[in-house]
Amino acid sequence: MSTAETTWISGPVLRARPDGAFRLRESVTVGDQALLGEVIRIARDEITVQLYEDTSGLRPGIEVTGSGRLLSIRLGPAILAGIFDGLLRPIADIADPYVKPGMQVQPARRFHFTPSVCVGDTLMPGAAIGEVANGTGIAQRCLVPADLSGGRVTAIADPGEYPDDQPICWIDAADGRNLAIAMTHEWPVRVPRPVQARLPSDEPMLTGQRVIDCLFPVARGGTGAIPGGFGTGKTVLLETVGKWCNADVIVYVGCGERGNEMAGLLAEFSELEDPRSGRPLLERTVVIANTSNMPVSAREASIYTGITVAEYFRDQGMNVTLMADSTSRWAEALREVSGRLGELPGEAGYPAYLSSRLADFYERAARVRTLGGEIGSVTLLGAVSPPSGDFSEPVTTHTRRYVGSLWGLDAKRAQARFYPAIHPLQSYSLVAGNLARWWHTAGCTRWQELRRRFLTLLEDEARLERMARIIGRDAMPARQRLVLICAQLVNECFLRQSAYSMNDRYASPSRQAVMMRLIGSFIEGSERLLDAGVAPEAIRDQPVFRRLMRMGEEIEEGDWEAFSALDQELTATIRRLINEAREGGGG
Amino acid sequence: MTYARLVGEEIANRAEGPLLFLSRSLDVGLNEAVEVEGADGSVRLGRIAALDEDSITVEMLDDTAGLALQGTRVRFFGEPLRFHVGPGLLGRVFNGIGKPLDGGPPLAAEHAYRVDGLPIKPTAREAPSEFLETGFTAIDLMNSLVRGQKLPLFSGGGLPHDRIAVDIACNARLPGDTQEAEGFAIVFAGIGIPHDSAEFFREEMEKSGALARTVLFLNLASDSSAQRLLAPRFALTAAEYLAFVEGMHVLVILTDLTNYCEALREVSASRGEVPSRKGYPGYMYSDLATLYERAGRIRGKPGSVTQVPILTMPNDDITHPIPDLTGYITEGQIVLDRDLHRRDIYPPIRLLPSLSRLMKDGIGKGRTHADHPALAAQLYASYSQAQQTRVLAGVVGEDGLSEDDRKLLIFGDNFEQKVIHQGVDARTLEESLAAGWSALRGLPAGELHRLDDRQIREHLLDRAPRREPVS
Repeated sequence: MSTAETTWISGPVLRARPDGAFRLRESVTVGDQALLGEVIRIARDEITVQLYEDTSGLRPGIEVTGSGRLLSIRLGPAILAGIFDGLLRPIADIADPYVKPGMQVQPARRFHFTPSVCVGDTLMPGAAIGEVANGTGIAQRCLVPADLSGGRVTAIADPGEYPDDQPICWIDAADGRNLAIAMTHEWPVRVPRPVQARLPSDEPMLTGQRVIDCLFPVARGGTGAIPGGFGTGKTVLLETVGKWCNADVIVYVGCGERGNEMAGLLAEFSELEDPRSGRPLLERTVVIANTSNMPVSAREASIYTGITVAEYFRDQGMNVTLMADSTSRWAEALREVSGRLGELPGEAGYPAYLSSRLADFYERAARVRTLGGEIGSVTLLGAVSPPSGDFSEPVTTHTRRYVGSLWGLDAKRAQARFYPAIHPLQSYSLVAGNLARWWHTAGCTRWQELRRRFLTLLEDEARLERMARIIGRDAMPARQRLVLICAQLVNECFLRQSAYSMNDRYASPSRQAVMMRLIGSFIEGSERLLDAGVAPEAIRDQPVFRRLMRMGEEIEEGDWEAFSALDQELTATIRRLINEAREGGGG
Repeated sequence: MTYARLVGEEIANRAEGPLLFLSRSLDVGLNEAVEVEGADGSVRLGRIAALDEDSITVEMLDDTAGLALQGTRVRFFGEPLRFHVGPGLLGRVFNGIGKPLDGGPPLAAEHAYRVDGLPIKPTAREAPSEFLETGFTAIDLMNSLVRGQKLPLFSGGGLPHDRIAVDIACNARLPGDTQEAEGFAIVFAGIGIPHDSAEFFREEMEKSGALARTVLFLNLASDSSAQRLLAPRFALTAAEYLAFVEGMHVLVILTDLTNYCEALREVSASRGEVPSRKGYPGYMYSDLATLYERAGRIRGKPGSVTQVPILTMPNDDITHPIPDLTGYITEGQIVLDRDLHRRDIYPPIRLLPSLSRLMKDGIGKGRTHADHPALAAQLYASYSQAQQTRVLAGVVGEDGLSEDDRKLLIFGDNFEQKVIHQGVDARTLEESLAAGWSALRGLPAGELHRLDDRQIREHLLDRAPRREPVS
């Protein structure tokens, strides 16, 4: 193994004089504490290392030892339901409540393995060799690692419990070598895991949030970004999606964010039940926590660690959603290390390669056919924290170029405590057209039509609000006043959805469809009333309007009778008002 | 200080601003503490900021005026800066690097903690969920503070943040009998403050008797910049000792973080680092995080560290890097407003941009009052509407408004005068809740979409004055 002698240290970066060969992106350990680092620059007589730990006490002369392999993480059944730092080292042991340098890897754990192949079978890379149970209710598969060549099985373990780092299957490779496969394997974090083919995504990743699912949906294997200044609710939105989205596994990367938030997330996820399986949400979650006060360079690596973990589960045929909160902190970590290396800064001090790094990251989202022939997907959602809430800054503008859905958070809405504060005019979804068929098949035949209707209404509202500010609301023609009332209903009842309300925190596709249809009926009905000469305010003052406004809050999931009662009340009210208008007009 | 591990003589080569450059003849590590003794016998504290094969860069924490290179001895301690703390901390006054200023005896040094602290593992944190009363309605009712939270005050030059800081320090209390049972303490750090403010803090706290439960750290505007970077770290180390060793609930008030960030920029510039936004170093986010993230609770330990950092927004600009980066780290913010201040509303808290992220976990049934969340949400929604109506009234005139809009205007004024404004007297949470309900009574009940029918019936339609029991 190669070694090097440290000559210079500044913060998390050190330079060393090498003795032997080092590779770019090779992982190294430094000093007696075995601090973990990665080689980020090499020259004949000097290597530059980025350290993933606190560097207090390091001094020139300390030895750097190469590992011979790229910066890798150990993937295996122990990951699910776990909590790790940015380099997938466990931090669940709380006997010592503080993060200290030189934490070592997780010790081997025992899992129950059930083989699905026999001696003599021929396996390709990525093929399943058996199932592993880790007590979470989610059956995991053990695969032939994609970087091994396939071959014929020469021995396979019987069903039973085995340590996850010991071989359980042996194969004779095509090149004549005998390979041993364990339940865990190492994979370099910056190398995407191979797949057979990328598939088009025509199925939505449902989040249970109306404004996302109905107005700005994201597809399985798609990408979404949530830009928003501080206090606009990025984290709460990401956590809410994490709780209710219909993914098999959630990878939550807390990248440079708050420690208390991570603690809150852990507490909540272990209490809440997955609506589909009835088991604690934490059991389908992997948390990668690198809070803002943990070492900066590990923040940079945590994004790659997260996506590699997500791909690992995807390769087992699962639908995975990765949330990165926040990609801006990751970009800042890039900037900080780049600054210490003395690289030429680009826009706003970020290195010139910021854009290509972001592209690399979002490109790893996909719906795929895995090497083993399964269908799996990784959906990526990234929060963006633009400085001073200004969406024209580099991280937001570059992110915009690569994502399929954008949910722009609005400070005004957040200040009025209107959550989720997604601004309908600053958001988009490029995949809504592809997903219309899914909604049609799911029974919501008017999804696309109503979606357009709502969006047009909201756009008209923005224009009319500007006018109302000049001439006053009462001076506007009745039709325009009605637009404002209908838009109020869409905003307050449909787009606003409290993450803390027991009834409304999650809306199933059927409930969303019913609410959409009811609001559609109100809009159409009130237009008929307007034609019959009823003033918009008279429509608004009907008790049914308040019932509609509060239906998300008051009618719980699955209570279809309450919805149809409301529907009947609405129809009756409209009929009554029309009759009254006719009689009034006739008399 | 512990004994020096190594002593270097005649190794100083160059002094520049707060930095001292030494030749590297000794084996020392990054971040270690040093003591520099001048030829005249004066002793100054410093720490190792950078190292290469030939030289050591020392950041001096005391004023370097009068320092000579000849005859200077440097003592190395072989470990990072530590604060020696022990019982008897309460009631004491220190300077920014933990030396007593009150003429009292040195502390009984039972423990020595690294002033930089260590990051708490997210898994070891207890999610904050217990209410802490500050005495201000705009905070307790509308943006509740919970134990273990960090909630900064964004102020501006000329606004009464000093007064608010002192009021919070004097009036803050834990609800019920928790205070007596578990203990409550204040750690107050003045960072780069003028002499007059320092005296004001000390006197006011002495007068109200709060000093006895307070540890005061005073770093004056005339102290060195590098020392300014340490003042909050010493204060937080004391707070962590009180919270996690003595088991108390500690409220840390840090003022003014803007001075801290200015010092950070100054020291960074003298080290020749590449500047980022507005000349502040690129690592300012991470550096501020190492302070703010020291708030919290640890599972299995009784105490808590709650932070109220105060900063003045340069030119009242909330998008300036200092408030901006702070807002991204802290759990909300309380924003002061010049317009309210001019109208003599105290505390002049501008509610719309203010926010407490952890409020939802600390209020409601079993914590404060079952209807507290709905009340706060409704007040926010109505006040925000009232503000929009004000803009409208400014254009079309009040006569052009509908009756409902006029009611909103009256509500808005009432809300500012009777709920936000409270003058010098602290309010209990019960009084704050009652003030909130009474402000809503002038609005048409049909417009209150954030309240359910029962809440409207119980609190608004039944006009008999009532006391809110705290469940």
